[in-house]
Amino acid sequence: MELTQRQRDIFEGKEGDVKAKVMKTLIMYGETFGAEKMVDITGKYGHLVTSFGLSVMSPVYDLMDTLINSGTLSSQRFSVDPRPLEKGLPMNLIQNIFFRVMYSKQKDYDEQLKKLGIMSDDAYTCTCYMEEVGNIPEEGDILSWAESSAVVYANSILGARCNRNSGILDLFGSIVGCVPYFGLLTDEGRKATWLIEVKTSKKPEAQLLGSAIGMKVMEDVPYVIGMDKYFSSLDEDAKAYFKDFGAATASNGAVGLYHIENLTPEAVKHGRTLLKEGYKTFVIDDAVLEETERNYPVIWKDRNAKPKLAFIGCPHLSAAQLDSWSDRINDELSSRGLRKVAVKTVMTAAPALMDKFKAGEKGQRLMRQGVILSHICPLMYMNNPQCGSMPVITCSNKLRTYTSARYYKEDELLRMICGGAR
Amino acid sequence: MSERIFKGRAVVKGNVSAEALVSHGGFNTLASYQHSLMFGDKTGKCSDQNNPDLYEKPMAGKALIMPQTIGSTTGGLVLYCAACMSRQPACLLFSKEIDSLAAAGAILADVWTDNSMPTVDGLGDEFLSYVRTGDRITVCEDGSVKVER
Repeated sequence: MELTQRQRDIFEGKEGDVKAKVMKTLIMYGETFGAEKMVDITGKYGHLVTSFGLSVMSPVYDLMDTLINSGTLSSQRFSVDPRPLEKGLPMNLIQNIFFRVMYSKQKDYDEQLKKLGIMSDDAYTCTCYMEEVGNIPEEGDILSWAESSAVVYANSILGARCNRNSGILDLFGSIVGCVPYFGLLTDEGRKATWLIEVKTSKKPEAQLLGSAIGMKVMEDVPYVIGMDKYFSSLDEDAKAYFKDFGAATASNGAVGLYHIENLTPEAVKHGRTLLKEGYKTFVIDDAVLEETERNYPVIWKDRNAKPKLAFIGCPHLSAAQLDSWSDRINDELSSRGLRKVAVKTVMTAAPALMDKFKAGEKGQRLMRQGVILSHICPLMYMNNPQCGSMPVITCSNKLRTYTSARYYKEDELLRMICGGAR
Repeated sequence: MSERIFKGRAVVKGNVSAEALVSHGGFNTLASYQHSLMFGDKTGKCSDQNNPDLYEKPMAGKALIMPQTIGSTTGGLVLYCAACMSRQPACLLFSKEIDSLAAAGAILADVWTDNSMPTVDGLGDEFLSYVRTGDRITVCEDGSVKVER
């Protein structure tokens, strides 16, 4: 690989042995994909996927100590995925003891993140690109991010350029200030090898559509047509929809970039010239989505168990989504003559965004109706075996993929948490 | 006994012999390793409910064979942790070109731990359709992979 003088100096150990090892790792990573050079990161902030102080992940924290103790810190500040826990979450004594043991490294890890360069005490969210958080890359920015849902959003909706970096390598890029040039950083790598035709009878559920596409195309880039009849522009509703869609493509498959005809920035600029010669086609209709959902495994011990808990907000909700859920829950409860939700429900969003929402009328109303408003990562909560064994429902396909939570479409989930049958 | 040799690209070089464990679909690293890393299962039993080929099968010490990995971008650090805890597969074999997360995991293990996982990619669709769980696999550092049954 061709290196600049500065990059070569780092590689040769002129800024320390640990930094040299960081650079060596990135070079090996790039060479695996045929990268011929490293390019400077131009995004203002990084984003890390590792947010949890999980006691059994001690090798990660040992590595962080090695970095900190050698002064090998991030050259840019960064946000990080949500914390696993906070006060006020539903948990019994045994669950609480498990949490304390499982996440016993959280305080230590929070301290490590401060030393390494986290943006603020509130910069814990998977949706760092929300206005209230402030980590919003410009179109064309080169990033060293991880968190699959954030990477696919930054690439697709914001037009930034970032590979699907792994945890640890996200930080390594931010330390040396450059990343290997390959894949989604290149014009060629951003071309689509799949044409996805959406021919459903109504606007498809975002997380179900994303799941079907992710499972089909795996890590390829899809160019999706047929969505512009549901969205006329990339407004806040569309951004929230495609945030959830992208999270499902990235967790049910390995999609790092998608183009939506007439909506996402590169599709608007370049249209179907983004399709590579010899692209494959996949048509998605109602039957495909029904089959996709039918094939989701249910690993509850009792398939007919009454749900004990519902999670909404994986990835974290936008302000518009919080407003919308508040109204929908209020309307559904009113229509049933109820004052409180029938299933304990936790809604999650970025700390700054959620705190603002909590202070408003709709947030206050939701809390009176029994909904818990939180900043955590639902996945981390469900990792507690005492929680994972409970019948938990969600409208998040990402949460379904990684835990025992059972997936329901949003309207079904709404009815269930408000006391109705599916 | 029959044997076939397939040729791929050595991403992380090494010589190793192990029993095959085959995933025909994408290997979700986080979903697969989540429980074994969290609850001290030294055999690395697969916890990915969506992977019928691997679910509840031990992965530590096996020749893990797949088209590519999918899912969370914690994938690389999960493989790194598995290597630090000596619960890693003996080797990683890919029918397609390796993906960025698996590459990160294999390289992190190679550079930062003593438990390297020889890794070969580009072995082809024919390799994936031929090899079966339980076959004997021998990996050479030139990227050749022998399958015996």
